Amino acid sequence: MTGGGERERAREALLRTLRIVLPIAGALIVGALLLVALGKDPLAYYGYVAKRGLYSASGLQASITRMAPLLLIAAGLIVAFRAGLWNLGVDGQFLLAAVCVAALAPALARELPLPVVYLVCFATSIAVGAAWSLVPAFLKAVHGINEIISTLMMSFLGVSLANVLIKIPFNDPATTVPQTATLEVADRLARIGDTTVHWGVVLATLVVIGVHHAVEHTAVGLRLQMLGANPRAALHFGLNVRRLTFVAFALSAGLAGLAGAVDVMGVHGTIRADWNPAYGILVIPLVFLARFNGYAVIAFVFFFAVLLIGGESASRRLGVPSFFVLVLVALLMLFFALVEFLAHVRRARASARP
Amino acid sequence: MTDLFTEAFIASLVFGAVTAGTPLLIAGLGEQISEKAGVLNIGLEGMLLVGAYVGFSTTFFTGSYPIGFLAGGLGGLVTALLMAGLCVVLSMNQIVVGIAITLGAEGLTALLHHFQFSRSYPRLSEAASWKIPLLGDLPVLGPALFDHNGLVYLAVALCLVLIWVFRRTHFGLNLQAAGDKPAALDAAGVSVRGTRIAAVLITGFLGGVAGAYMSMVGAGLFLPFMTGGAGFIAIVLAMLARGHPLWVLGGAFLFGSGLALTTALQVAGVNIPTDVIQMLPFLMVVVVLIVFARHSYLPPALGVPYRRGER
Repeated sequence: MTGGGERERAREALLRTLRIVLPIAGALIVGALLLVALGKDPLAYYGYVAKRGLYSASGLQASITRMAPLLLIAAGLIVAFRAGLWNLGVDGQFLLAAVCVAALAPALARELPLPVVYLVCFATSIAVGAAWSLVPAFLKAVHGINEIISTLMMSFLGVSLANVLIKIPFNDPATTVPQTATLEVADRLARIGDTTVHWGVVLATLVVIGVHHAVEHTAVGLRLQMLGANPRAALHFGLNVRRLTFVAFALSAGLAGLAGAVDVMGVHGTIRADWNPAYGILVIPLVFLARFNGYAVIAFVFFFAVLLIGGESASRRLGVPSFFVLVLVALLMLFFALVEFLAHVRRARASARP
Repeated sequence: MTDLFTEAFIASLVFGAVTAGTPLLIAGLGEQISEKAGVLNIGLEGMLLVGAYVGFSTTFFTGSYPIGFLAGGLGGLVTALLMAGLCVVLSMNQIVVGIAITLGAEGLTALLHHFQFSRSYPRLSEAASWKIPLLGDLPVLGPALFDHNGLVYLAVALCLVLIWVFRRTHFGLNLQAAGDKPAALDAAGVSVRGTRIAAVLITGFLGGVAGAYMSMVGAGLFLPFMTGGAGFIAIVLAMLARGHPLWVLGGAFLFGSGLALTTALQVAGVNIPTDVIQMLPFLMVVVVLIVFARHSYLPPALGVPYRRGER
């Protein structure tokens, strides 16, 4: 019997691996077919992406640096999705917080010691992000309005508002294009050793791991999971569903805001008008693919950062626009959902067997 | 400000409201059909984009507007086929599939446009407009309301047709049942799956036509990501209309006015940053959601896949 149990365990492990590998392989293969149809060499494209995003020292460092905002957004999404809340407005929360910090940081850096500047800016970004989730949280908690629509609307609104802020109150008069004042390189988040990677990446990684354990192993995490699994049951159990909805939204949006602060203070130093990396809508599928598991999120975010950095190089070099990465992400989501569906069917068949 | 409300200003505002509101009306009516049947079609934005791209390219190469609209509709329909297959037949998560379709459509249309036209954005020749006799000759409002592309009148007609379909036809009642109580529809011997597939495909076709209108008539050219959230606004319109097509018509005109305000203000010589104006429609949605929150209605089985015998 023990042999059978071991074989069963090995089989389960294999199936778990396949559930992750198959969607990625499927997305890459269909993406390759699309490249062939467009008259491009898929092997050359994927090879170039891997080379520029992974195998060169500068590319690898750029990929790791890019992980910081993605990880923080993902951490926020884990909180929201675990609570069954579709926070699809992370792009607005991210950008609005980023713009506020971009305006605040250079002004503070002239007056205050750096650690204080960092703390104030991080706190501000969390507050701005959380504030931008108040309306969807209110509509969901009090009126039961679907948060998908309200968060998306707030996101569009936030992106436009961020542009207005850059162009009018926060505009740096010294520059010709509308942009915020620039944070001096010396005042930005410190680099790790001789690399170009800043400490924000470490912070983001710790936050993801912390959120993972908080959600999985603490009382608050259990409440969030109950809310996500069955809101009505959570209400009958005596949980304050309204307050919990507000808290989950604020945490999720606050972390998206923090991602904005880390991206500005670690990398950009300033924000130009119309800059919108739209990280949020790209991170959502990854969090699903990782099944809300923080460690898996880190692995996927790394894979995705390589794809982004490599894809940006490839668009300049091979003439494949970076829109192609969007198509890859969409394929990834579809294949992931399909594999999940097949696994579900398989489980249903297995449990139906006598 | 006193000379702001001149005849020219009002005429350009109303004309712009109709032009900007028409795609919202067509897509909103489509989404209403799908929501009635219990499918939340978050992929609508993607269907609009596919329609915008396919419609534009077809008209660009054939020179025919009707063929362009039809092709745009078919493009939306093919996109909806994916949605119907994955969400209705395989019961996959409607939200995940919807986001994936929107993302994929954004990337794919931008990519195809890039390979077709590189970095140039060619324009179509101006779309023909049909002036309605007599009404079109009224002062100020005549040209603003009754001198539009033929599709505008078809969209209004569709609204009236849907009122009849929802109230008086078997299909309309089946749609309602598929969203309110799918088990009852199943027990009555009507296929829930078939009804929902039909609803999603009609939504896709209408979304595609709406997108084609945006690129071919509204802008005269195709730009990557050009629908800019119109699909999501259409979803909100359908949600707030509580199943009544006339409410979609009113809402579409209202939001169209918000979108048209930019051009109208420019005509009047008022200088407001475009970003402020771009916020207006979304601000309107949020305000409307807050004010009318208690009145929005969604079918009980919305977003829930139907499996026979499952409670």
